[in-house]
Amino acid sequence: MAVTFKKETVAEFETIAARYPVRRAALLPALWLAQKEFGWISTDAMVAVSKLVGCSPAQVLEVAEFYTMYQKKKPGKYHLQVCQTIACLLNGSEEIKKVIEQKLHLKPGETTPDGQFSYQPVECLAACHKAPCMQVNDDYHENLTPESTEKLIDDLRKK
Amino acid sequence: MSDFQPQLTKRFETKDGHTLKVFLETGGYASLKNLFAKKPAEIIEEVKASGLKGRGGAGFPAGMKWSFVPQNTGKAVYLVVNADEGEPGTFTDRFSMLYDPHLLLEGIICASYAINCHTSYIYVRGEFVEQINRLNAAIEEAKKANYLGKNIQGSGFDLEVYVHRGAGAYICGEETGLLESLEGKKGQPRIKPPFPAIVGAFGCPTIVNNVKTLSSVPWIVENGAAAYAAIGTKESPGTHVFGLSGHVNQTGYWEMPFGLPMMEFIEKYGKGMKGGKLKAVIPGGSSCPVLTAQECADLTLSYESMRDHKTMFGTGCAIIMNEHTDMAKILKNLTHFYRDESCGQCTPCREGSAWEDRIMKKILSGEATTKELDLMLEIADNMEGKTICVFSSALAFPVRSFIKKFREDFEKYCKPASVAVLEKITAN
Ligand SMILES: Cc1cc2nc3c(=O)[nH]c(=O)nc-3n(C[C@H](O)[C@H](O)[C@H](O)COP(=O)(O)O)c2cc1C
Ligand code: FES
Repeated sequence: MAVTFKKETVAEFETIAARYPVRRAALLPALWLAQKEFGWISTDAMVAVSKLVGCSPAQVLEVAEFYTMYQKKKPGKYHLQVCQTIACLLNGSEEIKKVIEQKLHLKPGETTPDGQFSYQPVECLAACHKAPCMQVNDDYHENLTPESTEKLIDDLRKK
Repeated sequence: MSDFQPQLTKRFETKDGHTLKVFLETGGYASLKNLFAKKPAEIIEEVKASGLKGRGGAGFPAGMKWSFVPQNTGKAVYLVVNADEGEPGTFTDRFSMLYDPHLLLEGIICASYAINCHTSYIYVRGEFVEQINRLNAAIEEAKKANYLGKNIQGSGFDLEVYVHRGAGAYICGEETGLLESLEGKKGQPRIKPPFPAIVGAFGCPTIVNNVKTLSSVPWIVENGAAAYAAIGTKESPGTHVFGLSGHVNQTGYWEMPFGLPMMEFIEKYGKGMKGGKLKAVIPGGSSCPVLTAQECADLTLSYESMRDHKTMFGTGCAIIMNEHTDMAKILKNLTHFYRDESCGQCTPCREGSAWEDRIMKKILSGEATTKELDLMLEIADNMEGKTICVFSSALAFPVRSFIKKFREDFEKYCKPASVAVLEKITAN
């Protein structure tokens, strides 16, 4: 189903686009706006972005596919991104992953049937001194233990 | 060593240190007086003389890089700040942006003036939402107070600064991948030459500098090159924010002059090893060749000492591993990372990283022979120096150093090659 941007979003986009000498440079910002407005980057959202920026849908697809933070699938209300890189591995990220996988019955890339939680192991979040860590939507959670991870999930559920 | 003036972290603990008000109260934007009193070329000379090296990983002298910008092309000149901070083990730029965003802006003003740039972009990794908000707020404040915008403080110099948000791709930390991304494309690095200083963003001369490189500049402009060069060591002047992660009792970051012995860093700042004796150190981000405990005995936190130990200073954030660390599992973690993050355009990198990762998987499952360790080294040789950017080499370095220095950790998973041959014969 075709989607369209709100008027205010289009205005916001134009302000951003004016910062660059070429309009195409505003493609990443446009995808961020789309993700904010539609929740994720569907094919329809890509078409809307292509119209906004003035490039082809294929160009939008290619860029959206390249960057992991653009959600090509509807994520859960809480998107759990566990760092699995070296410093976190040294400090127990495997156990944190296990807690999430067992408690929520999720494999990497999956979403719970109620749409509350999605789960994705990610690479270094640049919080290595507070390993292991995870990002839930925009927020960082650091120095995780299996217990604190369970509690975090319980708390999010109650929200 | 203990009595030095912090330059990069002095506001980190100050209440509201990120606001313009407190920034100005604590000596912020003071370098601009000296800056605008001098000619751009003089500023470049000053930074050259200071010996400031790029903090993003490669350690290229900042002033020299600026001097490469041609001033006769009639094109715009851009300054792009590398705030992608994605190198595994590296985590200190985030605090510079969070706690002292105006210092970065001050550095951007200094550098822009020196290279005659009027538009600058700060490329921030997508995950850093808090940092992006802080930077945008700081830019707003600075504009209102005429530290950015037209005719900055009556100097006649104009500058606009914009934040550009990345979207999750390690390769966008590589400066030409970053420029592609800034232009709204996939972050696939460009062939060099031409270097960005000649043809960079939007086909124009462009300087890409790391957050802390630029944050170091105001102090130099204010206090002079000689004062900066007097701090640290001869080849590594100045201060840096050094980080510790992994198996130490106290992980974190500390600003200090270059030159502290690594063992003292671990003992004094890291409060000693956690869970066992020291086994290995990755000194400055995942691509730096790993060092054994023995090699660390006379290592110091400086570009030259790292080079003498056949590794790299990198980002100055060290990952510490204790004696119980299984180096095969750690290398598997790295091969996985590089396989996932390869941008895919060069065959040796795309295929090589995936191949190394498959072999590591086979090794850990007990299916491999010692011959495959040699195959991994051979693949590493074919990955190094054969691609558009150094990402591919950045995997070759750890593969080689891990297997050569900790071979027993890998061999314990492997069957001897002769056993494998026997197994094959009996199976037939
Ligand atoms: C794969 C790869 C990733 C990189 N990631 C970063 C990064 O996250 N941040 C950074 O400042 N430099 C990074 N660099 C280094 C940049 O390419 C470049 O050298 C640096 O931004 C130059 O700034 P400097 O001279 O101030 O250090 C990376 C390089 C490579 C090859
Ligand atoms: S390794 Fe997990 S945050 Fe850096």
